[in-house]
This record gives sequence, structure tokens and C-alpha cells, in this order.
Amino acid sequence: MFPHTCPFFLINYINPMAKIKYIEHNGKEHEIEVANGLTVMEGAVQNGIPGIDADCGGSMACATCHVYVKEDWFSKLPDKEMGEDDMLDQAFEPKSNSRLSCQLTVSDELNGLIVHLPEKQI
Amino acid sequence: MINTDVVIVGAGPTGLFCAHQLGIIGLKCEIVDNLDKIGGQCIELYPDKPIYDIPAIPECTGEELTNNLIEQIKPFNFNFHLNDRVQELKNENEKWIVKTLNGKEFLTPNIVIAGGVGSFEPRKFPTKSADQFDGKSVLYSVKDKTIFKDKSVVIFGGGDSALDWAIELSKTSKVTLIHRRDEFRGAQSSVDKVKELQKQNKIELLTKYSIKDVKGNGNLESVEIKHDDGNNKEIKADYVLGFFGLIMQLGPILDWGLNIDKKTIPVNTENFETNKKGIFAIGDICTYPGKLKLILSGFHEGALAARGCFKYARPDEKYRFEFTTASNTIKDRLGLKE
Repeated sequence: MFPHTCPFFLINYINPMAKIKYIEHNGKEHEIEVANGLTVMEGAVQNGIPGIDADCGGSMACATCHVYVKEDWFSKLPDKEMGEDDMLDQAFEPKSNSRLSCQLTVSDELNGLIVHLPEKQI
Repeated sequence: MINTDVVIVGAGPTGLFCAHQLGIIGLKCEIVDNLDKIGGQCIELYPDKPIYDIPAIPECTGEELTNNLIEQIKPFNFNFHLNDRVQELKNENEKWIVKTLNGKEFLTPNIVIAGGVGSFEPRKFPTKSADQFDGKSVLYSVKDKTIFKDKSVVIFGGGDSALDWAIELSKTSKVTLIHRRDEFRGAQSSVDKVKELQKQNKIELLTKYSIKDVKGNGNLESVEIKHDDGNNKEIKADYVLGFFGLIMQLGPILDWGLNIDKKTIPVNTENFETNKKGIFAIGDICTYPGKLKLILSGFHEGALAARGCFKYARPDEKYRFEFTTASNTIKDRLGLKE
């Protein structure tokens, strides 16, 4: 009734999470709780989701954390920073809904985000 | 066959500093790198980006770091074998025979793999049909531009390589430049030039298209491209060029019988030797509990791997630890006169 006073809900205030769904190219789904502040790439790497390589470790210097964002989510994401599209040019089969997952920081707004992984990263 | 104490695979900062440490302890080495220049990821991925976590250097760019490391190993006169790749290793009488793509051969007791995330290779077309023409009419670099004279050339990409070759080849060939979006990442002056040539009908420019299929029976005949809106188009082509940047691949390293864990090579932290005697791995490519992918960790790993190499290169000598500040032997090696 008063969730903010109940210790069971306290965790949500200390460590807010968002549900992110990663769908592999073969259709296999992984729904993971990722802590706010981490990137969608880090959520995948820390949980061992296959299909995200992240060779450069998140410095936007490669294009191996490439994801396709489900259409209705794409417009809700923060705009690409300078350089992201340049890297996406070098990704495997980029499309209009392509993003680099290292540039997507998880927050409450991203709760429920669905990303599709490409057939391969390199 | 070149006889040496150590072959270093990879001329990034880690490989370079390991070479320095080998020089300091009196060993010789040969350095092989797939890129045409020294510096690895520092020079290929972020030459202008500032780095803030090199000990005692508050800020430097990837290019400055590389130049300083080259300066630091200059006294040792080590050979670099650039534009080449170590392809094959063979064990013979406690030594390794190392063969490169360009046919060079080394005989060495030690190999230090400082290969980062792998060697840089051009990204290829995703379409499988392009493979059968690979190296003949589907190309990812230009070695001899005269072959394109009076031919139809379709160029894919939006960076400087794609723009520059579109401009250059438009003088003698029928050029179509295709890019997946309206913006280009190449230099603005080149973009302007391409658009000017487009107005003069010297380049056909198609944006928001990507490759769908490559067609031809033995010889390349055409490429099929797909617009963002789903419509397809077919273009006659004698040659197709793709400039999609470089990707990093472990490549032949996977065939050397080393343990591999998620694209990295497990090592011990005493001397960074792998599961194969005389093969060491340092820098981003190695892994061990607590591994940090930092340049400074690579330096430490290189220093210890160098001592590991000493054991196999000078089996009858005992390694003696010395400081560069105090040792006359080291000062001699550095070419410093008393």
C-alpha cells in the first residue's frame, strides 16, 4: 500500500532496473533486468547473451554491438550522437532502425525495450 | 629464414613496449602487423582521441602514444614487417617456424601474440553471391586502377575511400556510388566534389540503397540493390567495390592450437605464457582472472612476457634483473655513451 516504506520495494529505489528483451537472429528471446545507467550492450555482455561482441568495449570505435530496435521503440530512443551513424555504416547489414547498443543507456524510459540482434556482428 | 629470439604478432602499444623490454634484456625480435602502419588500434581506431590513463602522461592521443613508443624502441633497430600477417606456426626441435602470408619465414623459440582483438580486415559484402567474384570483380581495395578503364564500376560506402575512388575512377570509368543513407562520413570537400560530378553526369549517386545480390554467370554482370522503401533496382556492373571500413578478426590465430575463451587467450600471470610452450599472449587478446583491457596492463604483461622469453632464448644463461638507471649493460643497449 505504501511501497516506498516497505523494505521489499526498497530495492527498486536503490537499484532501479529496466526489462530489456534481446531477440537473437534465430528467434531465441532473452528478457533481462538491466540496471539503470548501464548500456544495452553491457546488459547483454554481462548476461552472456550471444550475438553482441562489443569488441571495442563501448567506445563507439567498432560496430560489433549493432542491434535493430523494434520499430515502435526506435523513435522513443535518445537521438544518435555524432559518429554513431558513421560507425553503423561499417556494421553488418545496417538498416534504418539500426543502433549501436553501447550508445543506449538503460533508464526507466527504456523499460520494455525490444532489440533484435543481427545475423552476425562481423 | 630469419633467425630471431622472439616474433611479436601485433605492433600496437603492447607489442611495441614488449619489444622495448626485450631490447632492454638483450633479446632480438621481429614485429609483424597486418596494418600498413605501426600502432594497432591506437592508430587505426582512435589516432586523434585523447587517452587519459597512461601512467605519468596526463593526456595524449593514440598517435602521440604510438610515436613515443616508436621513439623509445628506436635504439634497438628492430625490424617491422607491416602489411603482413602471421599465418602458420610449426613446432620443430623446441623452436617455432613462423610463416607469414607474404611468404616470410622466421625461426624462433618464442612468439608473443599482442594481437588486440585480431587483425584488421576489410568488411565484406553480406551477400553470399559476392564471394564467388571475390578478388576478381568484387574488390575491397584498389591495387591497380587501370583495370577499371572504360568499365562500369559500382562503388559502395560513405567514407573517404568510397568517395575518393568514386572521384578518381569517374575520370576513366562509368561510376555508380551507392550509400545506405544521405549523409556521408567522408571529408566534406569530397562529398561536394561527388555531388558536382553527379550534376555533370559523371557519377551516378544512389543513396538509401544497400546491396541485395550480385549476379553473373562466371563473369560479374550486375548488382541488385534495395532501397529503404523496399524497391529493388538492378545495375550493370563489370566491377563492384566495397568500402565498409575494417573489422577485427582473430583469423589464423584460431588455428594454432591455443585455448580460446570468447575471442581471448587464457594465460598464466607469471609470464603470460599460453597453453603452448614458447607462445605468450599479452594485451587485449589475453585473459586471466582480474584482466583489465587497459594499455597500462598491456605494458606490464609485455614486461613479464619478455622475461619469460629470455628463458627459452638463452637457456644456458641466468636472467639477471637490472635497473635502467644503474646498469651500464642496458645503457650500452640503448646506445648511450658514458
